[in-house]
Amino acid sequence: MFGRLDWSAIPITQPIPMITSVVIILVILGALGLVTAKGWWPYLWREWITSVDHKRIGVMYVLLGVVMLIRGFADAIMMRTQQAMAIGGAQGYLEPEHYNQIFSAHGTIMIFFAAMPLVIGYMNFLVPLQLGVRDVAFPTLNSVSFWLTASGALLVNISLFVGEFARTGWLPYPPLSEGTYSPGVGVDYYLWAVQISGIGTLMTGINFVTTVLKMRCPGMSYLRMPMFTWTALASSLLIVAVFPILTATLAMLTLDRYFGFHFFTNEAGGNPMMFMNLIWAWGHPEVYILVLPAFGIFSEIFSTFSGKPLFGYRSMVAATLFICIVAMMTWLHHFFTMGAGAAVNTAFGISTSVIAVGTGVKIYNWIFTMYGGRVRMSVPMLWSMGFIFTFVIGGMTGVLLAVPPADFLTHNSMFLVAHFHNVIVGGVVFALFAGLEFWFPKAFGFRLNEGWGKAAFWFAFIGFWVTFTPLYILGMQGMTRRLQHVNIVEWAPMLQLSLVGVVILIAGAACQVIQLVVSILQRDKLRDTTGDPWDGRSLEWATPSPAPFFNFAVMPNVEGEEAYWGIKQRATEEQQLAPEPNYAPIEMPVNSAVGVYTAFFASVGGFALIWHIWWLAGLALVAAFIGFVVFAWRDVHEFEVPAEEVARIDRARRAARAAVLAQLAQAKGTAS
Amino acid sequence: MTDLSTFSTSREALLRRREEPVGHDPHAPREAVPGSGHGASGPASKRVIVGYGFWIFLLSDIVMFSCFFAAYAVLQGATAGGPSARDIVDLPRVGVETGALLLSSFTCGLSFAATNVRNKLWTQAFLAITALLGLIFVGLELQEFIELAMAGATPQRSAFLTAFYTLVGCHGLHVSVGGLWLATMMAQLQVKGFRPEIVHRLICFNLFWHALDIVWVGVFSIVYLMGATA
Repeated sequence: MFGRLDWSAIPITQPIPMITSVVIILVILGALGLVTAKGWWPYLWREWITSVDHKRIGVMYVLLGVVMLIRGFADAIMMRTQQAMAIGGAQGYLEPEHYNQIFSAHGTIMIFFAAMPLVIGYMNFLVPLQLGVRDVAFPTLNSVSFWLTASGALLVNISLFVGEFARTGWLPYPPLSEGTYSPGVGVDYYLWAVQISGIGTLMTGINFVTTVLKMRCPGMSYLRMPMFTWTALASSLLIVAVFPILTATLAMLTLDRYFGFHFFTNEAGGNPMMFMNLIWAWGHPEVYILVLPAFGIFSEIFSTFSGKPLFGYRSMVAATLFICIVAMMTWLHHFFTMGAGAAVNTAFGISTSVIAVGTGVKIYNWIFTMYGGRVRMSVPMLWSMGFIFTFVIGGMTGVLLAVPPADFLTHNSMFLVAHFHNVIVGGVVFALFAGLEFWFPKAFGFRLNEGWGKAAFWFAFIGFWVTFTPLYILGMQGMTRRLQHVNIVEWAPMLQLSLVGVVILIAGAACQVIQLVVSILQRDKLRDTTGDPWDGRSLEWATPSPAPFFNFAVMPNVEGEEAYWGIKQRATEEQQLAPEPNYAPIEMPVNSAVGVYTAFFASVGGFALIWHIWWLAGLALVAAFIGFVVFAWRDVHEFEVPAEEVARIDRARRAARAAVLAQLAQAKGTAS
Repeated sequence: MTDLSTFSTSREALLRRREEPVGHDPHAPREAVPGSGHGASGPASKRVIVGYGFWIFLLSDIVMFSCFFAAYAVLQGATAGGPSARDIVDLPRVGVETGALLLSSFTCGLSFAATNVRNKLWTQAFLAITALLGLIFVGLELQEFIELAMAGATPQRSAFLTAFYTLVGCHGLHVSVGGLWLATMMAQLQVKGFRPEIVHRLICFNLFWHALDIVWVGVFSIVYLMGATA
């Protein structure tokens, strides 16, 4: 009846997952209770859960990503504590089976359910605003994408409480991940969670490629698009090109595990190394899917806070597309030790080194953007400058690893661990925090507290280096990754120093939380009345904060690079706004529950497949098909916003802008 | 000024094109047409966006197939003492299969020709023939799989058979899902008629069906033809 599921799946004997689960369940129940008691369900359902507004979906993605970031960080704290404790005779507090689940969950959660939702959340929120349009190409599909990602995240977290997670690392290498060696449900949790969220991501990629290529406001030619949109396009192109590889590879491993196929097994001619090739043909471009939008965020921040157009905009576009293409030609550097031979290793070593050239172009462009500009050292700028320092060093250790003979010595060592954290934390995570600070007012209408933001940056920056510098050194001394117990007592000081770094990082995370709370309390003081708190240059700053659901009352007509900067310059010169446009009714897509419906049955179906509850899986599939047909049958796709409503909202925006303009004129008058 | 009403049928077609400009037209003006989504002309029309997005999906689907092709290429020789491609290929049957599928693409194209002139009867008729031909294809493939499995050539037998069943089966699954979609579309068309969104979906379905044909040409050549001559 319930397949492999019975009461023994609940880890009663293990206090750590048990206590964590109970706390999480209580928090969730408390939140649900609060929502019910306050009668917030209709609001949540109408404005968020069934919303197809790209900004709302973007905010939900970011929220999911932040929660999962904390979950993944908790795993990291446990790993660093265990390694600092379990040295020599000491055993630490985590059993090997449990420790292996933790490092697997850490990687899986951080990449798939923290970094990806955050990056995609920013893309959702920003791309239509920057393109001057009202939504993405397929708004309902967008909602489905989000909910599928959330469904995958849910499955991973259920594994904490029911059953176990994979012990195979964040990429389940066979033959270890095959049924013979991993008979439990851990790998199955991994497979279905990642498969479901991966399909969501693929649909996001399709959606954004179409949006950027086919839905730009009049005059927004390719070489007038803001840099973030360019990187979002490159990232989406990579998603379309490589996420199907992930889907296919995971499907093959699933067939191996569920039906005894022989894609990657040790017997009957299966080929485990084929898994490494396939998974990294997805996995390496994945790194660039994450980091390219991060580069886009930094590009926006550097030019805004230097008060200058981005230096070498066209070379930046070229470098982005160069990285986009070369990203798909470097995957083999993840397993130089496979023994493909000198020629193959050399080719991939060269391609890996060459990709650093594209990044180098970008680094110089950012530095030259600041050069000669009036640099404002606000929090987003601090993160950005911390990024340049951190990322350059991470990039250089990467080039070192790209040399096959050197890689043979550092393969799977702590040096590698330090390297990829160096680029992912320094590149992606710093960008996400910088972007949070930068676009928070656009999403919520008030800025974040500056002081706590600066504190968060310095703790994170110093904490990062104190954590990972020792790991570089340990790697050079020969320490391999994923050790539950360390035999060599001489490594103890470095491991303990690394733990000190984690403590500093915890302080940084605490500052972020305090910053959010303090900012909410001070929201009236931090209110952004103009819609343009940073003196921005692209079209999202032309909208009020928060932006109305239709983004633009009248689609902007772009006449040059840095669309909004041009509009603003003209308004200041002429000391008046552009004449009021003729407002017309706007067609907007209607809300849809299809996303949350699909995700519900994807979660149920995934859970059923993990535990071999076949009837339930079949039921979920039928229900999903019925939902699809019902959705396809609907007749009303859009609703009309009356012209008066559009005019009312836009006139308020114009009044705020006019006030700013008058203020500017007055300041100019007193100065002269 | 030309009086368009004298060419009643072409007038309709002209108007439709003006509303939903799509595709390559050598005599079109050189500057960007509003609604085409080209250049700086503003957002494309719904029809262009839907078709374009579906093209991107198809490309991603073809990438997925390429993985199964790659796996097949890698594992082709790994027969583990079991049957090889030469032993399991039954060319006459697969010839009929191929004929049915290619013909179904042709009838699918005819159905869209009927859609273009908004003729529901012929659209439905050709869609039904397409479904029937697809059913023949899937049926023959199932028959092949069952016969092979009865003879002991199951996917668990060797890595080669694993890759064979998965590649061919993945295509078969696509055709089956396409059939389900087709049936749903026929019901929708019957109830709702040629509403714009129904026509957009028919465009997507056509693209899907033809793409499956292209994939099958690859499967037929690489698995069956090369297998028979190996």
